[in-house]
Amino acid sequence: MIDIFDFYNKMERNNIMLSFKGGVTSELLTSILQIMESKLDNLEEQPKTKKKVFNVLVECLQNLYHHIDEAPYGENPLGGNSAIFMICRHEDHYSINTGNFIMAANVKILRERIDAVNAMDKEELKEYYKIVLNNGEMSNKGGGGLGIIDIARKSGQKLEYSFQQVDDATSFFSLNVKVAQ
Amino acid sequence: MENINLEGSPKTPTVKFDGAAGTMELSGRSIPENSIEFYKPLLEWIEKYGAGPKPKTEVNIKLEYFNTSSSKCILDVFKKLETVKNTDMIINWYYEEDDEDMLEAGEDYQAIISIPFKMIEVAEM
Repeated sequence: MIDIFDFYNKMERNNIMLSFKGGVTSELLTSILQIMESKLDNLEEQPKTKKKVFNVLVECLQNLYHHIDEAPYGENPLGGNSAIFMICRHEDHYSINTGNFIMAANVKILRERIDAVNAMDKEELKEYYKIVLNNGEMSNKGGGGLGIIDIARKSGQKLEYSFQQVDDATSFFSLNVKVAQ
Repeated sequence: MENINLEGSPKTPTVKFDGAAGTMELSGRSIPENSIEFYKPLLEWIEKYGAGPKPKTEVNIKLEYFNTSSSKCILDVFKKLETVKNTDMIINWYYEEDDEDMLEAGEDYQAIISIPFKMIEVAEM
């Protein structure tokens, strides 16, 4: 039997406000965003903090929606778009953690993208955003590379990430975004 | 031409495009996963408006939130507006006080688009 009390304590210790594992659909994201919005309202956060958290959350969750690659057989009983995310409220910041499977072949380009964004300061990010906004091709997968830049810009912090190899063809991508309160 | 009047939803903005008045307004939030479908009719409407615009055209953007999928579409709206000639056009970009991100977003567009922008701070949207 799963030790649900242990689970509870872990969530409590890590200040987890909300967590989810499973398939990511548009309807799910609508509900999650509504729940998070009312939680932020109830906590009476500064409007500025509330907006930042909400904005970054939208981008992080929609990144999952758009970019999840098929997980290996057996790892993913819920279908091809299973992921995990959790939102934590710490003393001085919020953190948004996401995890999803990606094809090993896509690891390099994603790593390079995040590293490039992490190497930029505020002004550089602003310029880079404008260039990609103006020249980037819009894909049906969303903003055509704007998401990561926007997350870095709005959070004002370096993006923490890791890749864990699942098998030869698959990796698990973890992203942790902090938003100061 | 027919006006566009769309009620906002949790992920899409309220849209009021009025050809006779020469006004276009987007308000609320624009955070759909895929924005292209939503914005396509708006671009088509502007195209038609361009055939016989009013002497003055006022565009009001009063968005509380928009995602990066929408940001590209909003740029496309502004680029389409740039093609409307023979009208005195202004884009009023509203932002809530303390919302520096929304002000900066307006400034980003202002840097790219040749139509005059006016940044308007309000207490609440």
